[in-house]
Amino acid sequence: MGKKSFRQALNEAMRQEMERDPNVILLGEDIAGGMGAKGEQDAWGDVLGASKGLLAKFGRERIYDTPISESAFIGAAAGAAINGLRPIAQLMFVDFFGVCGDQIFNQIAKFRYMFGGKATTPVVIRTLFGAGTRAASQHSQCLYPVFAHIPGLKVVVPSSPYEAKGLMIQSIQDDDPVIFFEHKAMYDDAEEVPDEPYTIPLGKAKIVREGSDVTIVAIGRMVQLANQAAKTLDNEGISCTVIDPRTVSPLDIDTILASVRQTGRLVVVDEASPRCNIATDIAAQVAQQAFDALKAPVRMVSPPHTPVPFAPELEDLYIPGPARIQEAATELARYSA
Amino acid sequence: MQLSRDDLKNAYTKMRTIREFEERVHKEFATGKIPGFVHLYAGEEASAIGVCMHLDDVDHITSTHRGHGHCIGKGCDINGMMKEIFGRQGGLCKGKGGSMHIADVSKGMLGANGIVGGGPPLACGAALAAKRRKTGGISVAFFGDGAFNQGTTLESLNFASVYQLPVFFVLEDNGYAESTSSDWSIGGHNPVLRARGFGIPGERVDGHDFFAVYRAAEEAIKRIRNGEGPQFLHIEFTRYYGHFEGDAMTYRPPGEVAEVRNFLDCLTFFKARVTSGGLLETAIFEKIDTEVARLIDNAVADARSAPPPTTAEITTDVYSNY
Repeated sequence: MGKKSFRQALNEAMRQEMERDPNVILLGEDIAGGMGAKGEQDAWGDVLGASKGLLAKFGRERIYDTPISESAFIGAAAGAAINGLRPIAQLMFVDFFGVCGDQIFNQIAKFRYMFGGKATTPVVIRTLFGAGTRAASQHSQCLYPVFAHIPGLKVVVPSSPYEAKGLMIQSIQDDDPVIFFEHKAMYDDAEEVPDEPYTIPLGKAKIVREGSDVTIVAIGRMVQLANQAAKTLDNEGISCTVIDPRTVSPLDIDTILASVRQTGRLVVVDEASPRCNIATDIAAQVAQQAFDALKAPVRMVSPPHTPVPFAPELEDLYIPGPARIQEAATELARYSA
Repeated sequence: MQLSRDDLKNAYTKMRTIREFEERVHKEFATGKIPGFVHLYAGEEASAIGVCMHLDDVDHITSTHRGHGHCIGKGCDINGMMKEIFGRQGGLCKGKGGSMHIADVSKGMLGANGIVGGGPPLACGAALAAKRRKTGGISVAFFGDGAFNQGTTLESLNFASVYQLPVFFVLEDNGYAESTSSDWSIGGHNPVLRARGFGIPGERVDGHDFFAVYRAAEEAIKRIRNGEGPQFLHIEFTRYYGHFEGDAMTYRPPGEVAEVRNFLDCLTFFKARVTSGGLLETAIFEKIDTEVARLIDNAVADARSAPPPTTAEITTDVYSNY
């Protein structure tokens, strides 16, 4: 046990799984770094250093730096998975999915169904996402709703280092393809993370905090912000439940519905663009299945429907923050029809 | 090249099976009994068989939308294939894939593919796994002249070259990507030179000539198995039907197909070569033709009478647990 960063938690998860199972391999651009160059090997350990140090332990037979060819190596991960390996492919930033979308949506996601259940494609695609690092429009998006839309994919969005380790180990062991979303702005967050391997099931939400007035469902980095908001609201006499779905596909709607039936009020906080995101999905499912329990309209807290802006003042305004969450919850608590 | 009598019979039987299969699918499609689209491989048989005869169960292939011939080459069950194309229970993919996604992973057949250029990255991955797991297997990526201009294919040529993966890139050039001429669409007009630009050796062969394909594939696959890295083969031939069934083919000059059928057909060529060389007798071909026709008759009858998938099948095989 000890405090570990999000980056260290991921590194430990991958290392422990690679030690346990020789079929686990890593593929990606600069996944070690320095390939073919005259300087340091393992120069990067992927773009934010989560796989740093693994090369020395596992060597080039397990760790494949790739040319900048997302279609080739994401597709190769799928082909290798069908032929007995458990590849972890790193799609550097999820914004780049467009250049390899076919391999993910039409190949990896559909093999099992199209082939009548006779193919297993245990691939993990790790990918960085999220706003807050001044990375501008093409390196900051929250595209997990796009993947959640595709049957056959599992979509994991961890909210802390502890969650990241357990969910990563589970994702590697899972027989289905998993898209694993890592928020860039959380990489240096640290908390207590056990040294030994452990798993967190995919499709089981975590109740982060229990309260009686308002249910707040938040995704990924938004869980921390929702928790901050809930603490402040508690001082103001509004008691909130905070739910972290952990995975947006499968989505543990039952836990959300059970909480909404108790509180009658729902705020969903989603850093993804507001149209057709996970918040709209949850709102629709709650409206269909728990309409009678609702004491107030569902509130969604999301960014504006714009690309992520570059200027720090604009980006800070773009990202949903605790103040907007508090505002939404307060409005619901005071709502009268 | 040492082809025994059995090899020759086997080669002819398999090519004949593809031809008969495709001619029958053509007829059945016209009756409206086959849903969706089919893309027929008739005319191209020498490619699938000339290559696949050098493969065994540890090897993998990726295919194209025109994938029936590759399935037969890799040993997929004929009845299971026909049922799949009809969308019936007992199909290779339980009727959930259809002609464009027909697959049998247990045979190393990683699927026909509805996406032009979808296969080469998968072939690279299967090859990478074979190398890492030391199975001795190789991968063959069959792809068409259309796919040769897709980024996925070009990325895969580079990736395989960089990692010296055991992949055989087989360009099946039937002259048309849908309706667009491959002479026009392949910049540089020299696929072998393009592959060589990636450091991948290759050659061009006449795909109407089984023996040319067989020999070229044999040499390339031998080099791959020797650890000499990826190889390339450009096979030129003619497709006898349209891009899909129902294609009026107005983009083709009149008489183009008839001329090839009459003078260059791979089966006719094979028979002439083998009988004139005294290697097999005409009677043997007649016997094979009869057996193959019966096999396909049975497959069609079987598929026609098979029930559709149960409604419960709609929500199975999405994930490992449902």
